[in-house]
Amino acid sequence: MIEREVQFDRISKSFFGARALSEVTFSVGKGRTLGLIGENGAGKSTLMNILGGVFTQDKGAIRLFSKQYNPSCPADATRAGIAFIHQELNLFTNLSVADNLFIDGFPRIGRLPFIDKRRLHKRAAELLSSVDLHISAGTPVEMLTPGERQLIEIARALSRDARVIIFDEPTTSLTAAERKRLFDIIKRLQDQGRTIIYISHTLEDVLQVSDAIAVLRDGCLVNTGPVRKYSVDRMISDMVGRRIEQMYPARSTIPGSDTVLEVEGVTQPGIVRDISIKLHEKEVLGIFGLMGSGRSELARIIFGLDSCRTGRISIRGKDAASSSPAASIGNGLAFVTENRHQEGLLMEAAVSENLDLPSLRKFTRLGPARIIDRPRALASANRIAETLRIKSGPIHTQKVKSLSGGNQQKVVIGKWLLAEPGVLIFDEPTRGIDVGAKYEIYGTINKLAEEGVGILYISSELEELTGMCDRILVMSNGEIRAEFARQDFDQEKILQAAFSGRAGCGATGDNSGN
Amino acid sequence: MSLERNRLTHAVLNNTPLLLFALMFIVFGLVAPQSFRFQSLENAFKQASYVGIIAVGMTFVLLTGGIDLSVGSNMYVSAAVAGLAMQHFPVGPWLALILCLFVGAAFGAVNAFAVAKLKIMPFVVTLAMMVTGRGIGLMFSKSRAVNFPDSVTGLGSAELFGLVPYPIVVFAGVVFCAWLLLERTALGRQIYAVGFSKEAARKAGVSTDRAIVTAYVLCGVFASLGGFISVAQLGNVNAGFGKGDEFDAIAAAVLGGVSLFGGAGRVFPGVVLGAVFIQAVSIGLVSARVDLYLHPLIAAAFIFLAVLIDSLRNTYLARLSRRNIRVEE
Repeated sequence: MIEREVQFDRISKSFFGARALSEVTFSVGKGRTLGLIGENGAGKSTLMNILGGVFTQDKGAIRLFSKQYNPSCPADATRAGIAFIHQELNLFTNLSVADNLFIDGFPRIGRLPFIDKRRLHKRAAELLSSVDLHISAGTPVEMLTPGERQLIEIARALSRDARVIIFDEPTTSLTAAERKRLFDIIKRLQDQGRTIIYISHTLEDVLQVSDAIAVLRDGCLVNTGPVRKYSVDRMISDMVGRRIEQMYPARSTIPGSDTVLEVEGVTQPGIVRDISIKLHEKEVLGIFGLMGSGRSELARIIFGLDSCRTGRISIRGKDAASSSPAASIGNGLAFVTENRHQEGLLMEAAVSENLDLPSLRKFTRLGPARIIDRPRALASANRIAETLRIKSGPIHTQKVKSLSGGNQQKVVIGKWLLAEPGVLIFDEPTRGIDVGAKYEIYGTINKLAEEGVGILYISSELEELTGMCDRILVMSNGEIRAEFARQDFDQEKILQAAFSGRAGCGATGDNSGN
Repeated sequence: MSLERNRLTHAVLNNTPLLLFALMFIVFGLVAPQSFRFQSLENAFKQASYVGIIAVGMTFVLLTGGIDLSVGSNMYVSAAVAGLAMQHFPVGPWLALILCLFVGAAFGAVNAFAVAKLKIMPFVVTLAMMVTGRGIGLMFSKSRAVNFPDSVTGLGSAELFGLVPYPIVVFAGVVFCAWLLLERTALGRQIYAVGFSKEAARKAGVSTDRAIVTAYVLCGVFASLGGFISVAQLGNVNAGFGKGDEFDAIAAAVLGGVSLFGGAGRVFPGVVLGAVFIQAVSIGLVSARVDLYLHPLIAAAFIFLAVLIDSLRNTYLARLSRRNIRVEE
């Protein structure tokens, strides 16, 4: 009987009434690796954040090393022996490897305040060799590759004597050789009696490193068991499951034949490869992809926020490759970003100011000074607020930050509607908003399509896409993997396509040097 | 991307002060070789020492990602207080120096408190202290010049063992202490960590307040020390004393490779070279008989170059750190 190092006992957690986890119960044995899988939003991050002391569960208990465990902050978790290797690494790239390893506890010369350089380098070298990294401890971290930096993070976890190490999507930017080295190290950590929780969308990797698998879906534990009972197909079907069909408002029109947005062979090394898309008028075209598949990055390139090395983009017949957001807006393109707080809204400004911002030029009076006609701008803002049913006080005084998430999102959509775009890109338009507001946003999108607007709908909610779109493109590893027409929508097949590219990612030999 | 090319780009971007210095030597060596006599170099070092000391203090603050615009006013207040104390009380030169440093430390502590505890932006805090300090100094001195006795001015022209002028000795001492603190103590490394990312430093268990307070207080102490040395050379403190020196100090630090983005730069050789650089350029320009009106423009061009390289360096490093979502092989 293996000792249970981490035990989750009926963990439940809700955010603002939305259930994120419900009654999750499983455990991980000492020296074992658990593969934790699930779609985006299935509850993996929430669960790990509870273990890491970032959130506190509403109900349930965690036992760590057979003792009750209630962290109140991330530092508690670190002290208890839990280490988190995040996707975004937490290193000081301006400092040396040794400095990074011991930044919170340098070895000193006796009681003097001075760093004992010899002991520092000796201990750093020991840690580095335990993760198979043969570089000098004095090397600045900024000179290391992403794979090497990740090993430094692992070494840092070892320096704090972590007994439970959580890896979150660790292989995304690793070459094949680096990935193999990582797996060897994970094996070794296991042999030392450390417990690993491995989270990834790369299912082949999960099968390769794990001893056991736990599948989450909609905040519930669907299944858990030893790895030999699992195959990639079974993992996918466990993750998808069968859910109650949600209702989506019906749309009466069918896509037209005019192309409003054309993307041809867009490539940006390290981000996306050879992307071609044709979006027609009155069409809702979905783009599905898992986190890190390149879907949001593609949207940024199309909108002109980021550049691409090769490829052609044209908006309503006008060439728009390597243009700026301002030029894109001028061409009739609008972009409802994924992150409304930081990118979509001026949180401190009034609702009307936010609504009018992209179309201020329309409201200027004639004459050289081009002064804004405020009453006219406010009237337009009011009209849009009414159409979208934005629940707010007087829109010229109410600040956006005091609105609910759903109403904030309506403001983002409203400001682009005022600009009367011909093509709209939505990136996760319904994330974190309540069901009622979601339904209204679906209605608005349908109405736009009926008016002739072409819509690019990016989402990681598969159900939403199958309910709303005329066509779905599936992205993975920065490429388009598959295309599905409405009559062929099948959640399992779409998900399979989304997982497909990742397994082969970086599997072609070692030529990391170029 | 090849590691070799990385290494080269790295070496160039991290050693800009040395490269700028070499560039200057080559240019003036060709145009005005007479500017490199021993005497001129010693003069460059001597004149650089007081700005250099202030620049070392400024470096601490810049490393945390902040800025201190109040060092010029700090010099004025602390020197005026020391001078007035000598006029009205039986205070000797050494006690006056200690008093001067104490006022400087207090000045820095106010900045530190506002930045670390009240979380006000460093630019705003120190701009306010720049104005406040000047006002307090004028109030104390009734805007009259404060004269210093010979016991102080003697120090300004004295030489250690009759060889090295005292200002240079003090400058060297300050540089050594700052180097020791930054490179060889945990606190020093943590100052770099805070400058890279305050949030990441806090997550890693670093006391960010301690690092920030240390930086501003030391900056205050070094500003008043630099002021005292300048007084020892000039003999008096007038109402405009120290005005504009904050910008010379920032320029010296930036020319010495200290990043305005925080977290990068070294006191030795960087800031030392930066401080000497400015003086050496002006001596070189004089010996090359360049039109006096052009001097500020040429100095500005060098500063612009240094800041441009700093900015390029950051863009380059950001590109190296970006995590790709696909691996191109």
